[in-house]
Amino acid sequence: MPGDRSETGASKPPAADDDRTPLSLTLSDVTVTVGSVEICSDVSLQVESGQIVGIVGPNGSGKTTLLRAAYRMLRPVLGRVIVGEDDLWELQPLEAARRIAVVVQEPRTDFEFTVREVVAMGRSPYQTAFARESAQDRQRIDDALAQVGIAALATRSFSTLSGGEKQRALIARCLVQEARVLILDEPTNHLDIRYQLEVLDLVRGVGVTTLISIHDVNLAAEYCDFIVVLQGGRVQAAGPAAEVLIPEVLEPVFGVRVERVARQGGRDLYWFQSLAPLP
Amino acid sequence: MRARLIRSGATSSSDRTARPGGLAGLGFAAVLGALCLALALSIVLALTLGPADITPVTAWRIGIHQFWPDAVSADWLAAHERIVWYVRLPRALLAVLVGATLAVVGTVLQAMVRNPLADPTILGGTAGAAVGAVSVMVLGWAFAGTYTLPVAAFAGGLIGYGLAFLLANASGGLSPLRLVLAGIAVSFLFSALTSMLIFISEQSQTARVALFWMLGALGGARWDQLGLPAILLIAGLVYLLAKARALNLLLFGDETATSMGVPPDRLRRVLFVVVALLTGTSVALAGGVGFVGLVIPHAVRMVVGSDHRRVLPLAALVGALFLLFSDVLARLVIQPRELPIGVITALVGAPVFALLLRSRLRGSDHAR
Repeated sequence: MPGDRSETGASKPPAADDDRTPLSLTLSDVTVTVGSVEICSDVSLQVESGQIVGIVGPNGSGKTTLLRAAYRMLRPVLGRVIVGEDDLWELQPLEAARRIAVVVQEPRTDFEFTVREVVAMGRSPYQTAFARESAQDRQRIDDALAQVGIAALATRSFSTLSGGEKQRALIARCLVQEARVLILDEPTNHLDIRYQLEVLDLVRGVGVTTLISIHDVNLAAEYCDFIVVLQGGRVQAAGPAAEVLIPEVLEPVFGVRVERVARQGGRDLYWFQSLAPLP
Repeated sequence: MRARLIRSGATSSSDRTARPGGLAGLGFAAVLGALCLALALSIVLALTLGPADITPVTAWRIGIHQFWPDAVSADWLAAHERIVWYVRLPRALLAVLVGATLAVVGTVLQAMVRNPLADPTILGGTAGAAVGAVSVMVLGWAFAGTYTLPVAAFAGGLIGYGLAFLLANASGGLSPLRLVLAGIAVSFLFSALTSMLIFISEQSQTARVALFWMLGALGGARWDQLGLPAILLIAGLVYLLAKARALNLLLFGDETATSMGVPPDRLRRVLFVVVALLTGTSVALAGGVGFVGLVIPHAVRMVVGSDHRRVLPLAALVGALFLLFSDVLARLVIQPRELPIGVITALVGAPVFALLLRSRLRGSDHAR
């Protein structure tokens, strides 16, 4: 029990609430409907502690909806989401927030927050109603800003940042949140190549259990330990990247011709071609 | 006061890279203190303005006399004492309460729907509350004793907001523009109901009564009315400040709120009741004063950003000041007659609304 340990914590380093070992995340037979439409059907996947699992699939394959079920945004009509040992939906909302951090594309807002304010939101699952930021909180926020390399932007308005800077700020928010599972919905969307790589390097650097949806097959192969291919809300294939990301799987799912090109001293590259090129 | 806030906001928005972060901590406490002082001085000033010529010194002495009759000798006209203590002071305090309440309501509504165009008048709350209050007067209900009027106004406000939300939601998602259109439709409907009730009832001065519910007035202020709205305002503010972080998350987006352990729909349902309660009390006492909830939160955010821990207390103070001076203007412009106070607030608020709507529409064009 965390509470018990903190009372005897004087002799030991403060282990109680600082137990940050990554937790495993398991979806078992998850079915999610939006309105009356079934978007995900019977999806099972497992992210082992510390692993990075990528969800790959075409537009409309249910990636975003599946992720939403994994952070309490949408309640599955069937199936369970297990984080660590516990059912996600039986945890208190704040406890769930201390375990799972999320990076999604929020709709544009008309309201201005500074970058620091956005990053500081990550502390909110730990703060009581009228509490001010503690010195420790401030230190964590400063560290996170520095770690993702945007300390200089702290007082800028979040909405004025470039896409890559925004993603860095949101990853800093996850660091501050000290969660043990990280969920990201297409964090590389709309970023140029350099920012795509930087963002994924940062994600890998966070070092917690990570479930990430990703468009780019080459990036998925590079950064993910394990791949789940989704089509029409169902798992088409799942396994280590080298076994799953093969033309036989990808061609029917994406409706393109796929060529896997061996590269000396590195992993294979993927080459895509339209099946029916326009005249 | 207001002009200065807006001007400093304009300089900060022209320099988009940095926003004054220096208002944090002690600096912010100093700003709050200065505004409280300004509010106290403004109340005294408001006591001295009007057809009866009363100096600030006399106003102060009349005030002191109420508490310590022996401290100052009553060398003023009895009529002046009546005017200061029983007419102008309760009226000034009512302006302060209603202004603060409406500004807080506007701030919360804007966070609830993540839309800078939200305001009790625009989202149907004011008109709904007016129907509730007028029904009590015309139909002679008394189901809750002396509190029948505020209770009915609260219920009306709840129905007004509820209808606007349902109407907007039924056509798919709370899109900002849809919400505003639904709110305006509901407002028209309820304003028509209010007018109909008034004219059917064949009271004397029907036109004046109808004007009160449409444009508001603070002329009827009495000491014994001020307790309930003051308690509700303070209780509401304390609750909202406790939820300030959750409101920030809501303003940033439902996904963010969820991921930080704040279920957005549950929070919205509670806020909905709080907002209807505050709207109902202010409408029951002051009628349909418009646009305070639109203009004030916007002006405050331009200066201190969107963090509700700062926006809520500042909006309450600036809203109080704004309505206090609007009321002074309403009394002075065509004295000894009075303008409805809603005329003054709408003259300021309508252009702000138009500007916001324009930028909002342009923004959504880019987004699509």
